[in-house]
Amino acid sequence: MSTDLRDLYQEVILDHSKRPRNFRSMPEADRRAEGYNPLCGDRETVFVDMDGDVVKDVSFQGAGCAISTASASMMTESVKGRTRAEAESLFERFHDLIVGKGGESGDESSQLGKLAVFSGVREYPVRVKCATLPWHTLKAALDGDGGKVSTEDEGPKAESGGA
Amino acid sequence: MSANPKSLAGYDVERVRRDFPILAREVHGKPLVFLDSAASSQRPASVIGAVDEYERLHHANVHRGVHQLSQEATAMFEQARERVRRFVNAASTREVIFTRGTTESINLVAQSYARPRLKPGDEILLTMLEHHANIVPWQMLCEEKGARLAVAPILDSGEVDLAALERLLTPRTRMVSIAHLSNALGTVLPVKRIAELAHAAGALVFVDGAQAVPRMPVDVRGLGVDFYAFSSHKVYGPSGVGVLYGRTELLDAMPPYQGGGDMIRSVTFEKTTYNSLPYKFEAGTPNIAGGIAFGTALDYVTGLGLARIEAHERDLLAYATESLAAIPEVTIVGTAPEKAGVLSFVLQGVHPHDIGTVLDREGIAVRTGHHCAQPVMDRFGLPATARASFGLYNTREEVDVLAGGIRTVLRMFR
Repeated sequence: MSTDLRDLYQEVILDHSKRPRNFRSMPEADRRAEGYNPLCGDRETVFVDMDGDVVKDVSFQGAGCAISTASASMMTESVKGRTRAEAESLFERFHDLIVGKGGESGDESSQLGKLAVFSGVREYPVRVKCATLPWHTLKAALDGDGGKVSTEDEGPKAESGGA
Repeated sequence: MSANPKSLAGYDVERVRRDFPILAREVHGKPLVFLDSAASSQRPASVIGAVDEYERLHHANVHRGVHQLSQEATAMFEQARERVRRFVNAASTREVIFTRGTTESINLVAQSYARPRLKPGDEILLTMLEHHANIVPWQMLCEEKGARLAVAPILDSGEVDLAALERLLTPRTRMVSIAHLSNALGTVLPVKRIAELAHAAGALVFVDGAQAVPRMPVDVRGLGVDFYAFSSHKVYGPSGVGVLYGRTELLDAMPPYQGGGDMIRSVTFEKTTYNSLPYKFEAGTPNIAGGIAFGTALDYVTGLGLARIEAHERDLLAYATESLAAIPEVTIVGTAPEKAGVLSFVLQGVHPHDIGTVLDREGIAVRTGHHCAQPVMDRFGLPATARASFGLYNTREEVDVLAGGIRTVLRMFR
């Protein structure tokens, strides 16, 4: 296999896609939202249980590609125990990483921790939406919309990609 | 054994490939293996040259000027219309309306034929195989008119359930609108039979021929259909041009679709008299270069012979079906006895999106997703499939590359 494919499908990502963590429904959760990527048919539901301002527990369910499943899995591990503001700021840094904004400073990577394995996505613009779908869904859940988000809601310029 | 470039009498695919400049390029350092012709086919040099020549030497607006260039452009554009007429055996060029593509052709008939006639409780009958372009225009119309959309189911093989379709034909059915060839599954529909059934029930028949026209000889009068639509860019011509064929008496009875220049005979602020067919439906300056090069593309296909193209693609589809079925993790979606040009599949444990990305790095272009046919995906309980589709330039060797690419995908994700 070509080396650049390995940059996208890193071992950690493949591991999380095959054995996603926190992959369960939480019927009792305070908040939930459903994310949908109409271009590939992916659907994910993110469940969040808050303790005040802190994400006490978070899980997800659904069907998606390796990138979106691994992203959801690693997202749940990253935001558990964090405040809502911390989770949102993590999403911003994650987003910057995968769209190639803000360079590859070591500082950025260290703040992202394990999530830095998604840096290879920047070379695959059509896959950016796969990686961000769970995060958009988490944000909708935290915002308490209780509704549905779609990767297409932001309009054509929001994130590069296409069918 | 796959090396079989001259398997069909007189069809030299290697020579055909040299007519398509893009097939010489590489993608990610690998030779391009283009298996996405059902989305849009590549163009031969003669088509590219026709656009170039027209733009360099002949361009002016059509149907408007007495000057030489306008006359040349008009003559070339109208010659293309005659080529289209001959290609699908329409009775007259009056029955050949140039549109932006199949989608616009469907909207034209929905708005100009069906909209003034549809009454509450009337029905439009589709099949579950339809592309969104042959669902949404009818759905919008039904909502507006209080009419009903009826849908003929498909069997597990991807064939239309004809008995069910027949039962769904009622005295309220006004239009039966069907694909000739399913873009998602490759099923060929028995259009002639369905047209007979529809007409016996007093309904008209519209056919979305976007996938069929590049792949099999189409005779609109032989099929006995009322309307037939297709697109240039799937039959080796430029994008942005398509055709609506309609029987003269139907088109004559329809109001214009859009108002503007070229579709009028005379205009005063009190009253406009519309132009005759086909111009009544062609408001505004058309895609002139695209229309002319569309004619060139049809000449190219005719030169190779549609029957030979059909036989070549049948061989490829059979070979690809056999090659992929030999991989245990592959499930082929759509197994109708009558199929053409399209092979949809899923891999156990691998999402189609990941298949597409890995194959792309091998230089292989396939489509992954719902193929604008979500009801088909829902019918099979799938979010998406991967789809290889063939054109007149594909080879058995390329099918071998695809099979190898699928094995690479499996090694990676298993």
